[in-house]
Amino acid sequence: MNELLQEIGRDLRRGRRLVEFIGAISLELWHELCHWKKFRRRECWYYLDLCGRQSLPIVLLICGLMGMILGLQAAIQMRQFGTELYVADLVGFSLLKELGPLMVAMIATGRAGSAFAAEIGTMKVNEEISALSTMGMSPERFLVVPKLVAMLVALPLLTVFGDVAGLLGGMLVGVGWLEIPVAAYWSRTMEELTPMTFLLGVAKSFVFALLITLSGCWRGFESDADAQGVGRSATGAVVDSILLIVVADVILTMFYSIFGY
Amino acid sequence: MNGDTIIEVEQLTIGYGDNVVLRDLNFTVRTGEVFCIMGGSGCGKSTLLKHMIGLYPPKQGDIRLFGCSMVHADEESRRALMRRFGVTYQGGALFGSMTLAENVAMPLEEYTDKTPEEIAAVVHEKLRQVDLAGFEDYMPAALSGGMRKRAGLARALALEPSLLFFDEPSAGLDPITSAELDRLILRLRDELGTTIVVVTHELDSVFTIADRVIMLDKETKTIVAEGAPTELRDHCENLWVREFLTRDGYKRGDCPDGTCRNRVAAERRKG
Repeated sequence: MNELLQEIGRDLRRGRRLVEFIGAISLELWHELCHWKKFRRRECWYYLDLCGRQSLPIVLLICGLMGMILGLQAAIQMRQFGTELYVADLVGFSLLKELGPLMVAMIATGRAGSAFAAEIGTMKVNEEISALSTMGMSPERFLVVPKLVAMLVALPLLTVFGDVAGLLGGMLVGVGWLEIPVAAYWSRTMEELTPMTFLLGVAKSFVFALLITLSGCWRGFESDADAQGVGRSATGAVVDSILLIVVADVILTMFYSIFGY
Repeated sequence: MNGDTIIEVEQLTIGYGDNVVLRDLNFTVRTGEVFCIMGGSGCGKSTLLKHMIGLYPPKQGDIRLFGCSMVHADEESRRALMRRFGVTYQGGALFGSMTLAENVAMPLEEYTDKTPEEIAAVVHEKLRQVDLAGFEDYMPAALSGGMRKRAGLARALALEPSLLFFDEPSAGLDPITSAELDRLILRLRDELGTTIVVVTHELDSVFTIADRVIMLDKETKTIVAEGAPTELRDHCENLWVREFLTRDGYKRGDCPDGTCRNRVAAERRKG
């Protein structure tokens, strides 16, 4: 009983620290907006490169293959009813509204979320975070804000590229296997997909970027100051991010459906 | 050295969670002196330092730096207070993704309105002060342990603080590098009038640099002796303190140039 109470106490303290962490990030974001000239652009560029440019090849490959898989699965079913052209609808809707943002977020979690946690955890081991604090600087502003800004830019952009790669993958199956003319497949896709379909998917990626960055950085700050602790925090960041992304996706999809999207 | 107090520690009790590491600590540090915090391994020297620099809140008591409480100050005042002192950590705590010049420039970029050219000049000067001129573009990973510590010191000096904290400056260094660092500490005190607080258990360093020391004891969890190192070595009533300060059976403290180690080694060879 005593241990249970202690565990609850620890969880409550952790919860309080998390609330303080989110509050600090919000304040620091506001501070950066007010003092944008002192924003650490160099760090932001570094993370844009890490989370954006370096992730692009794997995003294109995975989303392209995802489009092909969707196309093949749809083709098998649609062929039975002679409605092969609807493959374009299924691939387009599934990718733009759901699987595109989700797959890109999963890739970003594996690449960036774990890297953020490991980086901050290692800085904690090396007393770099203590050094920042004793220089009177906010670790949240220096370590989280550049990552957050970079992810909020990179993830929606990657989602756009991933969507295009997925659509092309689906088209490859439609044209190559189902022998649908390119023009017919493309016009069918464009007929059914509205700009809103595309924007709703991209909007999800903003939320996912926020969740990946916050959970990665939070895990880094909470890391034990040893090698095993850093390893655990990197793993924990990935697990937390995946869980949060899926939960957020369900909530957003329900929210969209309420408004008829 | 003048007699003004720069740090006041009153009835301080510190620890982690339910564990009390040190209790009822009372001491002051005077302006312009080198003050050493000593004790055996695990007695809480570094923990005390981390509380003094505001990284952790104490369980009880107060710490006043420059007359302002670190414990009761709000976040903004505490940060402002932190900018008035410098800290060098055991491993240097340099930011691994930045060059030495960028590391030293960081506080200047943040807190001053200097132009990039002015900042570069200050960075060069600070690195020269710690004998690292010419290493501006090196990454921390490319430096030795001693160089990293000196680079950390250059960064701590960037805003020209009047108070400096050193956490185990000699740890992991060879005797010659350690003696060089000791001389650097004395130079800072004598040339810039900086007040210096050092956490260490290296006797040679203590006898070379310290004006006053406090001895912490793991058993009683408090200060067991306070005074000048030679005075404690020769006249302290506490036997453990006298034994601690005369380890190896050598009378230390007669070599202010930091050559004790060489003398001890020579005596051993003769013996």
